[in-house]
Amino acid sequence: MLAVFRDLLRYDGRFRVAFLFLMLTLLLAGLSWFSPYPPTRTFITPQDLPPSLEHPFGTNSRGQDLLWWMAFAVRNSLILGVITAVVSRLIAIFVGLVSGYRGGFIDRALMSANDSFVVLPVLPILVLLSFLLQGQLSLVTLALLLGLFGWPWDARLIRAQVLSLKERAFTRTAVYSGTPPLLLTLREHLPFVLPVVFATTINNMLWSIGMEVTLSVLGLSDVTVPTIGTTIFWANQHQALVAGVWWWLAAPILVAVVLFLGLYLLFSSVNEFIDPRTRLRRIGA
Amino acid sequence: MNGEKKLLQVDRVTVSFHVGGFIAGGRLLAVNNVSFSLDAERPEIFAVAGESGSGKTTLARVLLHDLEPTQGRVVFEGRNLSTIKRRRDAMEFMRKVQPVFQNPFETFSPLRRVEDYLFETAIQFGRARNRRAAAPIVDEALHQVGLSLEEVRQRYPHELSGGQIQRVAVARALIPQPHLILADEPVSMVDASLRMSIVNLFKKLRDEQKVSVVYITHDLATAYYISDRIAIMLRGVMVESGPVEKVLGNPLHPYTKLLQESVPKPVMTEREQWARPINLGAMEVKEYGRVGCKFAGRCPHVMEICKHAEPPALEVEGRTVKCYLYGEDAAQSNQSSLSSGKL
Amino acid sequence: MPLLQVENLRAYYRTQVYGISRSVRAVDDVSLELFENEIYGIAGESSCGKTTLIKVISGTVKPPLRIESGHVLYDFGALQVDMTKSDPEELRQTVRWKEISYVMQGSMSVLNPVRKIIRTFEDIVRTHQGIPNKKLFLEQTCDHVMRLGLPPDVLNLYPHQLSGGMRQRVAIALATIFQPSLIIADEPTTALDVVVQRGVLQMLREIQAESGNTVLLVTHDLAIHANVADRVGIMYAGRIVEEAPTPIIFTAPRHPYTQHLIRSLPMIGDKSAKESLSGAPPNLANPPSGCRFHPRCPLAFERCRTEAPAMVRLLPQHRVACHLVTEAAE
Ligand SMILES: Nc1ncnc2c1ncn2[C@@H]1O[C@H](COP(=O)(O)OP(=O)(O)OP(=O)(O)O)[C@@H](O)[C@H]1O
Ligand SMILES: Nc1ncnc2c1ncn2[C@@H]1O[C@H](COP(=O)(O)OP(=O)(O)OP(=O)(O)O)[C@@H](O)[C@H]1O
Ligand code: SF4
Ligand code: SF4
Ligand SMILES: [Mg+2]
Ligand SMILES: [Mg+2]
Repeated sequence: MLAVFRDLLRYDGRFRVAFLFLMLTLLLAGLSWFSPYPPTRTFITPQDLPPSLEHPFGTNSRGQDLLWWMAFAVRNSLILGVITAVVSRLIAIFVGLVSGYRGGFIDRALMSANDSFVVLPVLPILVLLSFLLQGQLSLVTLALLLGLFGWPWDARLIRAQVLSLKERAFTRTAVYSGTPPLLLTLREHLPFVLPVVFATTINNMLWSIGMEVTLSVLGLSDVTVPTIGTTIFWANQHQALVAGVWWWLAAPILVAVVLFLGLYLLFSSVNEFIDPRTRLRRIGA
Repeated sequence: MNGEKKLLQVDRVTVSFHVGGFIAGGRLLAVNNVSFSLDAERPEIFAVAGESGSGKTTLARVLLHDLEPTQGRVVFEGRNLSTIKRRRDAMEFMRKVQPVFQNPFETFSPLRRVEDYLFETAIQFGRARNRRAAAPIVDEALHQVGLSLEEVRQRYPHELSGGQIQRVAVARALIPQPHLILADEPVSMVDASLRMSIVNLFKKLRDEQKVSVVYITHDLATAYYISDRIAIMLRGVMVESGPVEKVLGNPLHPYTKLLQESVPKPVMTEREQWARPINLGAMEVKEYGRVGCKFAGRCPHVMEICKHAEPPALEVEGRTVKCYLYGEDAAQSNQSSLSSGKL
Repeated sequence: MPLLQVENLRAYYRTQVYGISRSVRAVDDVSLELFENEIYGIAGESSCGKTTLIKVISGTVKPPLRIESGHVLYDFGALQVDMTKSDPEELRQTVRWKEISYVMQGSMSVLNPVRKIIRTFEDIVRTHQGIPNKKLFLEQTCDHVMRLGLPPDVLNLYPHQLSGGMRQRVAIALATIFQPSLIIADEPTTALDVVVQRGVLQMLREIQAESGNTVLLVTHDLAIHANVADRVGIMYAGRIVEEAPTPIIFTAPRHPYTQHLIRSLPMIGDKSAKESLSGAPPNLANPPSGCRFHPRCPLAFERCRTEAPAMVRLLPQHRVACHLVTEAAE
């Protein structure tokens, strides 16, 4: 594992950039644990100070230092993205593998569930839910909800791959080796499917962080929790641009760009690395 | 017929596939009323040969319980395969009947080490509890095919030659200690110089391990070399079957003759014979759709009756043949055409 | 002057993946000559470098494959070409298809799966010669296909509607449309059954007999060479180890590897036990020292381990690279 990491760092420019960007965002997120005050406190610093050495991201109209605020925001957005991605990936892998490999009745049942999720309008449903919960939609609940909505496309992709892998002779070898079905598809098919999973993880994280931004900007999430989205919500509430406090918007946008670019580069690099074809080239086929 | 004494009994098996409305009814009998049996006491290598698309793989799938026949039954060691439903029964069946596939490079996942399959087979069929206990079993199986665990340790399929992987595939099949190995074209993707190492292996298994082998192939030269009996398939129909020395040494069915003659001989003396132009015939589906003898479209001895009714199976010169040239009454009238018209 | 002269050709695959560089010496010092009006067969086990040699000869070298040294000289009468020097694009314009054509294993790659066969013919004729008169083109194509014993209806079908054997014959018809000086066929029948294989090879032989051009036939199946080739070169681990007219290869081979190959050929009517070669095929990324066959050679002796045997000419047409043969000849 370490050797892989070292090789990637040494030979892949994309990975180096991604590594740098993600380290920066993680560092920022890590700072949140050293914050001198909790993020919910307001009017601690002078208002509307532009970026300076003392306040690298400036301060906002609510008297908060944007550096510490963004540290919490990045941490929360990342947590949200990771939870969504993990939950939806697990469902997608499970549904895709089982549906593809078992076929028949199970396949039909799972795929109709899948289709229902595809046609469900996610945003309106979330808006409705947030209304019902009256701004009490916690970050983790939101992440789980998004996870529940984020799997159907990928499950289809995985299922399609498994359907063709199932016809290859090595699947039959495994069958006649006595491998039980679930184990078989995990052992034989998952390695081929992983690149798809990784490739869509980035999309999924982007999507879920973006969803959160949308809901927050509309003021439908719990706006007391700092996230990239709620930062923008507060900035708009205080008409930051009109007031010339541009750094209040610049900070979340800069952080989002660095985070998204980092994720994107990381996954395209890792994706190539674990692609079966490169893997084969690497092991010398 | 005594079911107990048979290892495998194939009884009037027919497999019908639906094809897109080409021929009447849109059905294609990929296996057409096929019967044969293997003896339990006396292990043998039974070859099934025929052109591409003659139903060999379909037959193999039926014998492997991978496909239910449309009609007829397959009985293995007294058990009708259609009664195998539960996983426990399927495992019991797979313990005794193991396959070897055509393309060695496809047999194992390119992303996994080949030894893993061997260990998993040993553990899953209950021959060992864990990898450590399985190691000697795996090693022994590999020794039977002329390899050792040392040689394949940590290797991926592409790090082994086609012949080596195919031998590993046989070793894997041997681990459950099967009574029957079903090899579907095991050497057609292996280059000629490695073929002998695989076919010699089957011979050794029959003689030393008492394992019977169904050897499916279109390589008649190796079929002659290792098998005891052979069956020739033509568009789903077994047209000639019997001891290999008889069937290939002196083929009677015109189709067997064509096959036998088409095998290039590794000698310079038969060039002229081999170069004689042949008729490659119509599309496969069309031949499947014929009512009478499926060979009638290409047969140099074709008679009117051949086009209308399927020839019956006859015992002639120690083998079974399905051809009107050998019918009781046809015998006289066609003797001349047989002796004059060398195929 | 022979049609093709290959001199001390070396072509390696050089790959670098995440810092691990490898070079596979797939063709390592090969020399051979092809003459007009002959069928030259190349045999040898899988991954001994047959296809690589063909790639260089036909001028389709692409990275990671690189020509390290040597020459591939063609003499088409009016035109002389060195494949190792020429610009690939220029070659494509002048010699490929018209002077040299290539029939591969599995002809799908040459036939466009979504176009009718006749369209593929049209594309190729248009790019290499132009079609001034469409009607004439159709007539000529039809004639060409019928002369090769194919039903002209195939021209109006899609590749997937044809059987493997029919496709392969269409690929041969395509390859011969300009009457090239050299037809290269790499394992043209490996995926086919014996009857179809016979039909395809018969067709190839007839074309050759009729037009008197040269055919380079690659297959690992020696029995095919016995029936088709005029001369045979046996390759082992990137080198040609023996070359002779077909009758000599089959009746009086001198190289231990050839001898083993011939001895182990199965044949209907022969049930005597056949030995298979022990050991594994060599790894061309790290080939054995000296004679590359020495780890598997039953007759190997000390010198074989250290010194690579040179090719010696026993007869004007019989060349062998083996220390035993060299020492016996001295
Ligand atoms: N699942 C299927 N559905 C429809 N037709 C099928 C199916 N499987 C096989 N066939 C047809 O059945 C016939 C026999 O096929 P099969 O694969 O058994 O032949 P084979 O003798 O194994 O040929 P080969 O030598 O090419 O492997 C062919 O015409 C094939 O197209
Ligand atoms: N693109 C490639 N990159 C690296 N190595 C390669 C590449 N293509 C082929 N090789 C290696 O070059 C060697 C010769 O391969 P080649 O395809 O020429 O063999 P061959 O004699 O045609 O074999 P076969 O009978 O299997 O077709 C092999 O060891 C192969 O692994
Ligand atoms: S039955 Fe008739 S058509 Fe069929 S092989 Fe015999 S003679 Fe030929
Ligand atoms: S040189 Fe030596 S090792 Fe090589 S083939 Fe001749 S005898 Fe065998
Ligand atoms: Mg088959
Ligand atoms: Mg090749």
